[in-house]
Amino acid sequence: MPDISVKGFAGKIDSPNPFWLASAPPTNTGEMIMRAFDAGWGGAVWKTIGEPVTNVSSRYSATDWNGQRIMGFNNIELISDRPVDVNLREMAEVKKRYPKNALIASLMVASNREAWHDIVTRAEDAGADGLELNFGCPHGMSERGMGSAVGQVPEYAQMITEWVKEKARTPVLVKLTPNITDIRAVARAAKRGGADGLSAINTINSITGIDLDTFVPRPNVDGKSSHGGYCGPAVKPIALNMVQQILADPESALPLSGIGGIGTWRDAVEFLLLGCGTVQVCTAVMHYGYRIVEDMAEGLDNWMREKVFKTLADFRGLSVAKVTEWKHLNLNYKIVARIDEQKCIGCDLCHIACWDGAHQCIHLDRASGPIDGHVELHRTPAEEEAESRASLAETPVTRKERAAAFAQGPYPTPLARIPRVDETECVGCNLCWCVCPVEGCITMVRVDKDVPPQTWEERTQIKQGSGIRD
Amino acid sequence: MSPSAITDDPQIRARFGELKPALTSQAAVIEADRCLNCFDAPCTAACPTHIDVPGFIKRIATGNLRGSALKILDANILGASCARVCPVDVLCEGACVMVRQNRKPIQIALLQRHAMDAFWSSGETPSAKASSVKRLRVACIGAGPASLACAAELRRQGASATIIERRELPGGLNTYGVAEYKLRAADSVREVEMIRKLGVEFRYGLDVNSAAALGDLEKEFDIVFLGVGLGAMQRLGIPGEDSAGVMNALELIAAYKTGHVKELHGTVVVVGAGNTAIDAANAARRLGAEMVYMLYRRSEADISAFDFEYEHAKQEGVQFLWRRLPLAVKPRSDGRLLLDTVQVHEVGGKLLPLPDSQYTIECDLVVPAIGQSTLAELLQNLRGVEVKDGRIVADLVTGQTANPKYFAAGDCVNGGREVVDAVAGGKRAALAMLSAEVAHA
Repeated sequence: MPDISVKGFAGKIDSPNPFWLASAPPTNTGEMIMRAFDAGWGGAVWKTIGEPVTNVSSRYSATDWNGQRIMGFNNIELISDRPVDVNLREMAEVKKRYPKNALIASLMVASNREAWHDIVTRAEDAGADGLELNFGCPHGMSERGMGSAVGQVPEYAQMITEWVKEKARTPVLVKLTPNITDIRAVARAAKRGGADGLSAINTINSITGIDLDTFVPRPNVDGKSSHGGYCGPAVKPIALNMVQQILADPESALPLSGIGGIGTWRDAVEFLLLGCGTVQVCTAVMHYGYRIVEDMAEGLDNWMREKVFKTLADFRGLSVAKVTEWKHLNLNYKIVARIDEQKCIGCDLCHIACWDGAHQCIHLDRASGPIDGHVELHRTPAEEEAESRASLAETPVTRKERAAAFAQGPYPTPLARIPRVDETECVGCNLCWCVCPVEGCITMVRVDKDVPPQTWEERTQIKQGSGIRD
Repeated sequence: MSPSAITDDPQIRARFGELKPALTSQAAVIEADRCLNCFDAPCTAACPTHIDVPGFIKRIATGNLRGSALKILDANILGASCARVCPVDVLCEGACVMVRQNRKPIQIALLQRHAMDAFWSSGETPSAKASSVKRLRVACIGAGPASLACAAELRRQGASATIIERRELPGGLNTYGVAEYKLRAADSVREVEMIRKLGVEFRYGLDVNSAAALGDLEKEFDIVFLGVGLGAMQRLGIPGEDSAGVMNALELIAAYKTGHVKELHGTVVVVGAGNTAIDAANAARRLGAEMVYMLYRRSEADISAFDFEYEHAKQEGVQFLWRRLPLAVKPRSDGRLLLDTVQVHEVGGKLLPLPDSQYTIECDLVVPAIGQSTLAELLQNLRGVEVKDGRIVADLVTGQTANPKYFAAGDCVNGGREVVDAVAGGKRAALAMLSAEVAHA
């Protein structure tokens, strides 16, 4: 049976599973965190503690897509609006009742040594298993010289990390902002400052949308808005890239708690494969509640069984080395698209996508006779559409007509509507495979049988060596 | 004729509640988002009027309802009624690729209705091109879907169109012959009102039934379009058929839709098993008949009604008597009818009575519904217009008949199909007239 527990993260943080709640509204109070632990969360990073703030109303907005709510989520909420001592008293209570769960105190105070020393001591006295320095909050707090105002200046980040490390007895994690040209600059600074680990990414500066009647961007606060922090499923690809950048860089690499659009065990596994030791979740919980952790833990467990991994360490970071610079990719690797005629439903989205968005090599010519070759040999999509609009169609009113109209051919879809890939022109770009709505209908098949691999770097070196100029 | 010309009878409205209620705005967007937006979509190809289905559906998804409705009207001026009456199972929705993925087809009809309802509430009418000085003048005989589509297309392209109708209301079967739970007569008339606002002229109460009447039309107009439909229903050809208490399916449907029949009692026998027969049988049930039988000379497997219509009739509680022929109607002194029937079986393509299988049904109403006959009298008068098997012979693409001044489309040409087929035919005829006009100019 796989062991999904985390042991000694960033030195000495244990948790029953790698699923932590990120510092955010779901970890606002002790009562909430205790319910989250009951639901199965392995750890929680307490909503950032500091001098209490006054928040605005409203605070959130979302990007919906194609009928799906909250593809992306945006907030302009600040850190905890509850007094420090209340938060710390509750923290002590939670730690006492849930000793096995990881409880991390997220901290943000004014940029002076004494303030940081004081809050570190108080948080650790309350029983925190670790500290997370919030150098990421991109809105509001940054205007007061905190949050991302620190995280965007490596020297500040390093300095404050050093102050914290002067006092801290528990592991110190620095939470990084993505709102910077190269996230590694601050990751390196944190490492130089003595951080034991990192959390990444914090939210991305965003305006989610504008009300087309009032012209006010969302969220609307009395007729005005302010840029917020973007998160949720939409940001996962950005987060994965930044996590990879950090963990592939020896000067940045530290134990990493991955954050950004994680809502399922699949998302979590991706972050773990890129080397994260734990993951943090917020938006998905704000959308569906703490209960989502059940499937996350079960799904991870089942996946590890299937792959025969016994511990998280068995697969942590396996994908890091599979990301490389473009110049190291094999230029002689060649794939082409193949369409499974039995699975094709005849939407022909691959055809139009290939014509208008790729390389004009998927054609509707199975019935009329396949023609391989360059674009001018084929009818254009506009011509095809015009022909079908000019065709005569009648309602099949008799049984015989209906039988003819819905007659089954050799494939579920009429042959004329099953697209065909001209493999002589296909560049193997994957676009058709991306747009096909049917699982497994389009597969990308390798066709470069006898060509030895060659990268761009190798090719240009050979050319330089032989004096050939490109 | 304004929509208020139709009595909105609360009793009929209660008995004929809408079969498929409209989508709410949010449901419409959710459904519109499901659409895959196929290239050269099969739903569009299956539609006789080739409405750009993904085009109008995606406009619903983005909240461009006006654009959605105009997209529909561009292809099909009767988009609102087609959304309600089309047998979409064998047209657009039947062609939806979703079914091949074990998913429900997109509810195209309901989405189309959603866009058209929004357009109606906006009070807007589609626009017509300014008419040219010397414009084509076309008379359209009959105010059913074929003529309406033809006239609307002509007007939209700047020509002039006059619709001549013998009844008091326009719309043809859309007004008089479609089950009220699908399309209310008032909605049909309202749709025609939109076409009138395009600038189409309507002349009511004129029966073009003589050579002289045709001659007058030829003098006044450049082209005559025949959208005359099929005419009365076929007779059963049995004794007693003209008794009181025998009323054919179209008469029954028109009577309740115009408020002349509001209630039925007792037992009703509908003879036939086509879509109109089912409309009549369902209507009889909803009007209060306790027992409604459908009598059909062949078997369940042979009925011409669509499967969904047959299923609907069963749900309405209609009983079916297969392989049974009516022999005679005998009025009884108490006002009820005795319908003599006999069981038949098929021998070499012929239906022969089975011995000792006669059975007399006591009933209150007999409803023949065995198809519409053609308007033979009128057709005989159309000089040079070829008529074959009771249908006008017209080019499928142009609608032109053997007499180049006469065009035709709809039921009188295709023998009785759907509203959408008539619209497609009428529109094609209009476009052919216009392009011929351009060629001659």
